[in-house]
Amino acid sequence: MINNNYKINYTNVILRMLLYFFLSVFVLYYLLPLFVMVTTSLKSLEEIRTGSLVALPRNITFEAWGTAWSSACTGIQCEGLKPYFWNSILIAIPAVFISTLIGALNGYVVAQWRFKGANIIFALMLFGCFIPFQVVLLPMARVLGLMDLAGSITGLIFVHVIYGIGFTTLFFRNYYVNIPSELVKAAKMDGATFLRIFWSIFLPLSLPIIVVTIIWQFTQIWNDFLFGVSFSEAGTQPITVALNNIVNSTTGVKEYNVDMAAAIIAAMPTLLVYIFAGKYFIRGLTAGSVKG
Amino acid sequence: MSSILKIKDVNKKFGKISVLNDININIDKGDFLVLVGPSGCGKSTLLNCIAGLEKINGGEIFINNKDMSEVAPKDRDIAMVFQSYALYPTMTVEKNITFGMKVRGISEEIQKEKLNEVAKQLQIESLLKRKPGQLSGGQRQRVAMGRALVRNPKLFLFDEPLSNLDAKLRVEMRTEIKRLHYDLGASMVYVTHDQIEAMTLATKIVVMKDGFIQQIGTPAEIYNYPENIFVADFMGSPPMNLINATAQKEKDYYKINIKMEDGSISTLKEKNKSKLPHELIIGIRPENITENGLKNKQSSQVISSNIDIIEPAGSDTFVMTKLGNTEVTARFHSETKVKVGSKVNLLIDLDKASYFDPNSGQRI
Repeated sequence: MINNNYKINYTNVILRMLLYFFLSVFVLYYLLPLFVMVTTSLKSLEEIRTGSLVALPRNITFEAWGTAWSSACTGIQCEGLKPYFWNSILIAIPAVFISTLIGALNGYVVAQWRFKGANIIFALMLFGCFIPFQVVLLPMARVLGLMDLAGSITGLIFVHVIYGIGFTTLFFRNYYVNIPSELVKAAKMDGATFLRIFWSIFLPLSLPIIVVTIIWQFTQIWNDFLFGVSFSEAGTQPITVALNNIVNSTTGVKEYNVDMAAAIIAAMPTLLVYIFAGKYFIRGLTAGSVKG
Repeated sequence: MSSILKIKDVNKKFGKISVLNDININIDKGDFLVLVGPSGCGKSTLLNCIAGLEKINGGEIFINNKDMSEVAPKDRDIAMVFQSYALYPTMTVEKNITFGMKVRGISEEIQKEKLNEVAKQLQIESLLKRKPGQLSGGQRQRVAMGRALVRNPKLFLFDEPLSNLDAKLRVEMRTEIKRLHYDLGASMVYVTHDQIEAMTLATKIVVMKDGFIQQIGTPAEIYNYPENIFVADFMGSPPMNLINATAQKEKDYYKINIKMEDGSISTLKEKNKSKLPHELIIGIRPENITENGLKNKQSSQVISSNIDIIEPAGSDTFVMTKLGNTEVTARFHSETKVKVGSKVNLLIDLDKASYFDPNSGQRI
């Protein structure tokens, strides 16, 4: 008996070690591109040309980062990523805020103020989540033109709000549908109005789902390339478009270090959001399923 | 006394399904009305209609002699306690209770004064700073009542307020609600599926089934004179025994024949009724079928039958036997010596019996 037990433990240990070995391999495999990006961005062009791709930099230099931020060329202008970074912030923050707020209100109505056709409207919104963005490019361009918003930051905010509502509504609706409808009835008896109930009772309950929605929307909008390249003009391009232009407009030598630095800068905000709010993301996604 | 709630010819449909049919109820100030019935009978829908949370499709609802059919819930001068309590989860007990006053723009001083008054009445003073999540079921129930009390409404509505509590607490809170009713002299409408709650609390009971009112009356009327077989079966625990029998006219009485398990016929004498159909169903409460020999009332008659099962319940012992092809429950003294399988003489009191038409189910 005892020997048998030892044998089982022994196999367990080996299995465990194999498991950790494979996990480590996968981790390295996933981290390798990031490693190459970071090290390359810290090397000089000279070193990139002479050294190996995976080697650590001999002399760490932040020159490429400076260039990427303020003097890399995107086509004919050479002012780096800086102005486009601000463009992206100017687009992302209002678009995230507005689409989250509208989604919360929509979700509240669809989940708690059932009206005739509520299900159909919700189904149509859900359908909106699955429409490929390419399909709407031309009609959207026409609409933006008619609204006199073509090529403007406001226009891009508008587009992102419209295409975010489907998802934000879905998130909030699924969260609010778990809240007992008696809560609304009680508040109605107390004399609270539609907006008062939303503001005083539902919004304070919504922190987890607000975090989820903000992370989701911010990532979507910040990383968007298609709308950014289609509906912007020279001064209003978001950072993703600028990054593309930097990488594609080379004069003479390809500056890999600048490209890498620019790519990291462009990805930084979403990375930070995930690092700092990631645990709320997981918590919020599972919030509905486990009743507190 | 003045009418506090008058429901006139109210109809309610969900799509094509009719859930309330020509409901007419009238209660006076200080009445405790209990709507009782099995689930799906429309009692909660009726309460929501009174509250104004559901629109009615026909008829009128008067509260304090004012037509409220088109009035918003908040302007009906009513308060409601919900089954799930529906406390606002992010607010403290204090905020929960004062939310209604705050929304209505009542001054902070009055809010404070009323809050303290209610907190004292319900003994929840020590809980005021807590959130609902930190309270036990009974405490939440109290807070929910506090939220209703603080409004000082014309009419209180309760939607199965005790069904989420455990058995012991339910009995305690039941007493407390009854005390509250006496102390405040308030008018209340209370929905429950529990017929014991209905019997103990009500001054007036409405028994409902499938959107129709089956009977309206005091607890004693409902219990002793059920209008039909449904009410007889639904109210009372254990329910009323419903025995198939035939009646035979004699000179100044009716002979009631009951078929026994062994095929023989037992006969009872009914002297109070002047007209009975040939086939009928007799309804007799378990407490009117007792053990022979303890205290014989003059009107009692004896039938002998085999005992199938004995269920001691502490204060009484319930004895099951078969009469007229149906299982019949008799209520024996707890010290009874009867044994399963043996024959026993059952003492039946026909004075308290009800007779029903076997086809229509209505009382004769």
